[in-house]
Amino acid sequence: MIDAMSASPCNGSPSQPNLGGSTPKAHGQPLWLLAELTYKCPLQCPYCSNPLDFSDFGGELTTQQWLDLFQQGRELGAVQLGFSGGEPLVRQDLIELIGGAHEMGYYTNLITSGVGLNERKMAEFHKAGLDHIQVSFQASDESVNNMLAGSKKAFEQKLKMAREVKAQGYPMVLNFVTHRHNIDRIDRIIELCVELEADYVELATCQYYGWAFENVEQLLPTRAQLEHAEAVTNQYRKKLAAEGNPIKLIFVTPDYYEERPKGCMNGWGQVFLTVTPDGKALPCHSARMLPIEFPNVKEMSLQQIWDQSPGFNYFRGDDWMKEPCRSCDEKDKDFGGCHCQAYMLTGDMHNADPVCGKSPHHDKIVTARNRAEEVVNRPDEFVYRNERNSRVFAKG
Amino acid sequence: MIDRATKPALNKMFRFQWEKAQNSYVLLYPEGMIQLNGPAGEILALVDGERTVDLIIGELQEKFPDAGELDSDVLEFMQEANTQGWISL
Ligand code: SF4
Ligand code: SF4
Repeated sequence: MIDAMSASPCNGSPSQPNLGGSTPKAHGQPLWLLAELTYKCPLQCPYCSNPLDFSDFGGELTTQQWLDLFQQGRELGAVQLGFSGGEPLVRQDLIELIGGAHEMGYYTNLITSGVGLNERKMAEFHKAGLDHIQVSFQASDESVNNMLAGSKKAFEQKLKMAREVKAQGYPMVLNFVTHRHNIDRIDRIIELCVELEADYVELATCQYYGWAFENVEQLLPTRAQLEHAEAVTNQYRKKLAAEGNPIKLIFVTPDYYEERPKGCMNGWGQVFLTVTPDGKALPCHSARMLPIEFPNVKEMSLQQIWDQSPGFNYFRGDDWMKEPCRSCDEKDKDFGGCHCQAYMLTGDMHNADPVCGKSPHHDKIVTARNRAEEVVNRPDEFVYRNERNSRVFAKG
Repeated sequence: MIDRATKPALNKMFRFQWEKAQNSYVLLYPEGMIQLNGPAGEILALVDGERTVDLIIGELQEKFPDAGELDSDVLEFMQEANTQGWISL
């Protein structure tokens, strides 16, 4: 759904010349503010995009700090506000945050696993002005596996919450993360979404950041699996449209099977601003892993952060580029791709995203694809996202 | 053909509001935004499930006396907005 924001203007053209010194480089408005309220979460999804060392961060922002931040964001032009985490329902002041944001004029989105949600809370949130609840069906949480295996029992809570979302008049966006263990049952997933009367369905293969990167072997589907899933999705699209069903199915291909990278979040520091539970401001939720000093909202105004901080200006424009990106005629399209991916796979965030066929490191991606053909499915090899594993990474 | 006595309404999926930062009306929906151009914004501002198409055209005509015949433009936009799922007729 995020792509829909590209319908909005991005004032900054990333290819404008650097104005030199510490002068802020051309950029748009932070239309999208993502508030990661907490890293606490009752689930342990192996593809979680939270940082590996999350147990190291303490000190969540207070209610007042969040509200103050939302106000500053609004003044900078932010209009979409996402509450995520971890599991945002863990925050006891969630209703207050929703109410405050609503009054400021935000369109408010709650991104939740549904665990800890109930009818009463949903109704209260609605009253406080919540616009949208996205229930993620994290396809490797146990209940979804049960669903795919044909047992609906353990799955009841999620279904119940999804039905309730609809019954209470919220728009319903369902989000299914697919991977090699479940993508072959995409027909079942779609049918379930139809049954639940979803408005939008996102069928996304996970991106290999954070925890997913540790599990890439057990997650990446084969090309044949992917083509099959896409074909099935297309069949359903036709069938549903013919039946007059307005449901929208959005199929997202993993970039590992592309020859060009995706543009980094519509451009680094152009549209998105994420704030972590402890107040770090990031141009994207993965960027914390990069060797860049990012500012904290406790120490700087959001306007200074967005316009002037070295972190947000780091990949604006194209001065930072190396070859092959620097002389590439496609650099205005993808801005060199994802810097986090370049960093993870090549050790240098200034390199072209290795997904790109022009990258000298593209073989890394090809190798992963080839491995996907050979790997034996061993879900028990997942590195689960939990406190214990997080500590291991924090030390390492 | 749109019946001029129908009362178009915004679909539940969308929220319509003025955005100072964009200097325009916008439609907001889950995790997305559609920025509306001037005329589209003016028309949707009157779509409230209570005004008839006829009334909306009349009010616009009054507000923009120099704009000439607005009928066909408004009807065409409503058709399109309906196809896009923004409003229901
Ligand atoms: S070389 Fe760089 S700019 Fe060109 S397409 Fe590849 S990633 Fe994009
Ligand atoms: S660097 Fe990569 S992970 Fe970070 S915003 Fe860009 S695309 Fe997303």
